[in-house]
Amino acid sequence: MLENYLPILVFVAIGLGFGVFLELVGYFAAPRKDVEDKLLPFECGFDAFEDARHKFDVRFYLVAILFIIFDLEVAFLFPWAVVFKELSWFAIGAMGVFLGLLVVGFIYEWKKGALEWE
Amino acid sequence: MNESMNFSLITSEIFLLCALCVIMIVDLFQRDKERVLTFTLTQASLIVLFVLGFNSLGAERIISFDGHWVTDELATVLKLSIYAITFLALFYARSFISHRNLMRGEYYLLTLFSVLGMMIMVSANSFLVVYLGLELLSLSLYALVALQRDSSVASESAVKYFVMGGLASGFILYGVSLIYGATGSLLIADVAKHFSENSIGLVGQFGLVFIVIGLSFKFGAVPFHMWLPDIYHGAPSSITAFIASVPKIAAFGMTMRLLSEAFGQSISQWASMILIVALLSVILGNVIAVSQNNLKRLLAYSAIAHIGYFLLGVVPGTQESFSAAMYYIIVYALMTLAGFGIVIFMSSENKEYQKVTDLRGLGRYHPWYALLFSIVMISMAGIPPFIGFWPKLEIFRNLIINGYVVEAIVAIAFSVVGLFYYLRVVKEMYFAEAVDAPEISSSRSLKIAISVNCLLLLFLGLLPDSIYQYCLTAFNLMG
Amino acid sequence: MIGLTDYLILSAILFSISIAGIIINRKNVITLLMCIELMLLAVNTNFIAFAHYLEDTAGQVFVFFILTVAAAEAAIGLAIIVVLFRNRATIDVEQLNQLKG
Repeated sequence: MLENYLPILVFVAIGLGFGVFLELVGYFAAPRKDVEDKLLPFECGFDAFEDARHKFDVRFYLVAILFIIFDLEVAFLFPWAVVFKELSWFAIGAMGVFLGLLVVGFIYEWKKGALEWE
Repeated sequence: MNESMNFSLITSEIFLLCALCVIMIVDLFQRDKERVLTFTLTQASLIVLFVLGFNSLGAERIISFDGHWVTDELATVLKLSIYAITFLALFYARSFISHRNLMRGEYYLLTLFSVLGMMIMVSANSFLVVYLGLELLSLSLYALVALQRDSSVASESAVKYFVMGGLASGFILYGVSLIYGATGSLLIADVAKHFSENSIGLVGQFGLVFIVIGLSFKFGAVPFHMWLPDIYHGAPSSITAFIASVPKIAAFGMTMRLLSEAFGQSISQWASMILIVALLSVILGNVIAVSQNNLKRLLAYSAIAHIGYFLLGVVPGTQESFSAAMYYIIVYALMTLAGFGIVIFMSSENKEYQKVTDLRGLGRYHPWYALLFSIVMISMAGIPPFIGFWPKLEIFRNLIINGYVVEAIVAIAFSVVGLFYYLRVVKEMYFAEAVDAPEISSSRSLKIAISVNCLLLLFLGLLPDSIYQYCLTAFNLMG
Repeated sequence: MIGLTDYLILSAILFSISIAGIIINRKNVITLLMCIELMLLAVNTNFIAFAHYLEDTAGQVFVFFILTVAAAEAAIGLAIIVVLFRNRATIDVEQLNQLKG
C-alpha cells in the first residue's frame, strides 16, 4: 500500500535537492557587493511608497466573503456528478432547484450593490 | 409508516422557501422606506403557514425521506406556536426598528430564514437534518443581532453570540460524530434501536456528554450561561424579544429528538446531568436577577431561571413530564415576548428606558399598560390565575410523582426568590414616586400587539387546558 | 499501520486545541474564528475516520455539509468582525467589555 507512493517520494526528494542545489550555486559562485541601494526594495525605479505589510481595504474582505459562499456551495456538484447517470432527470431537477436558489441569492447581492467597488 | 420522497409532507417548508425567494426579490425593488409590502408579505406567509399547519393537526406519524424527516403531532404543534409567536414579535418590532435605522428588508428575511431553520429542526429525524436546521437558525440569528450596524454594543454582542453559538454547535457536532462511530448510523431511529439492543459503551457515553453540553450551551443553562445576559442586553430590544422566545421552542424540539428519541433507552445516563444543570440554573438565575437594575438583564437572568424549570420538566423522562415541559416552554415564549415587549414599549425615537426605575410613575401616566405589565410580571412569577402558574404546577407535580421531592422543594423555594424581583417591577410602576413621565412614542400596531399578548396571558390562564391539551396529544396522552 | 484510534486521538487533540484557543486567547477575534473552524475540522476528521472504518458513506456526506456550513459561518463571522471593527476600530478581545453587570 504505502510503497506505491515511493515514486512520489523520489520525485519530491529530487525536486527539493535540485532547488537547494541551484540556490547554493548562486550563493557561493556569484559575485556579491552589498551596497545600500541594492538592498532596498525595488519598485519600478521609484523609492518604496510604504511598508509591504499594510492593512487591506475592508472591501477585499467583503468580496472574499461573498466568494467563499458561492465557491463552496459548488462543492455539492461533485458528488452529484458521480451519481448523475443513475438518477438522470430527477438529479437534473434537484440540482436545478439548488442552483436556482443560489441564483436568487446572487441576484440579491448584485442588486444590493455588494459587488460594486465604490 | 415509512415513505420516501413524499414531497407533500414538506409542503410548509417548500412554501416558506418559495415565499422567501419572492420576498427577497420584491424587497429589492422597493423604494418604500417603511417596507409595508415586505412586512405584509412576511406576515401573510406566516398566516398561510399557520393554516397549512393547522390542517395537518391530528395526522398520523409519518417518517419519510429515507428516515431523515418526520411529521408528527409534536412537530406540528411546535411549528404552530413558532408561527404564532413570530407573527406577534414582528408586530412588536415595527415601530421600534423604523426609528433605529433597522427598517430593512433583511430584518424580515432573516426572521423568516430562522423560522425555516426552526421548522427543519423540529421535524428532523436524523442528526444531519438537526444540524442543518440548527445552523440555518443560528446563522440567521447572528446576522439579526449584528443588524444594527452603527451600534457598538450590538456588534459586541453579535461577536459574543457568534463565538458561543459556534462553540455550542461544535460540541453538539463532536458528540454526534462519536455517536455515529458507536452506532454506525445518523438516523435517530437507528441510533435508538442500537442503544436499546446494546449498552451505551464508552464512545456513546462521551458522545452523549458532548451533546448535553452543547444543548446546555444553546439554552444558556448554568454553568454555560455567561454569554446570555450580554447578548440579550446588547442586541436591539425587538431582536432580543425574538431570540429570547421563539428559538427556545425549536430548541425544545431538538432536545426531544436528541435526548428522548435517540437516547430514550439510556435516560439514566443523561437525566442526572440535566438535573444538575437545571437546578443550578434555577438557583443562580433567580439569585442574580434580584440584583439587576436593567430590565433587559433582569429578564435575561429570569430567562436562565425559566430554562432551569423547563429542564426540570425534562428530567423525569416520562411522556407526561415531556408534555409538561413542552407546555412550559410555549408559555414561557409567550411570556418572555411580552416581557421584552415592555422594553420595546418603553422607548421613544432615540432613547430607550431600560432601567427598572424608569418604569416609575407608569401606573399614573399609562394605567392600562401598567396593568398589562403587572400581568406579565405576575404571570412570570407563577401566581394563579395567570398562565405562568399552570405549567410550573405540572412540572412540579411530575417531579414529585417521579420521586424528585427534594429537587421540587428547592425549585419551589427559589421561585419564591423569583417572586421578589418580579414584584419589585410592579412596585416601581405603582408605588414609587415618579420623577417625570417618560417620553413614550409607541405606534398603534405595538399597542395592539402588546395588549393582545398580555391579555392572552390572562385568558389562557383562565383556560389552562387550552394549550396543554395540544401538548398532551403531541405525546399521545389524549385518547 | 494507522488505525481508527490514531485518527480519533488526532481529532481529540485538534478539538482540545481549539477549545483551549477559545478560552485562553485574549488577543484577537480572528483567532476565535479560526478556533471555531478548527473545531469543525476536528469533527470532520472524526466523521471521515468513522465512515472509512464502518464502510458507510453517510459520514462523508455529513462532512460535505459541515464544510459548506462552515464556509457560511466563516462568512457571517467575518462580516460581524468587519462591523465590529468599523464601530470600535479594534478587534481586541480584551476590549469586548462594554456589556457587564
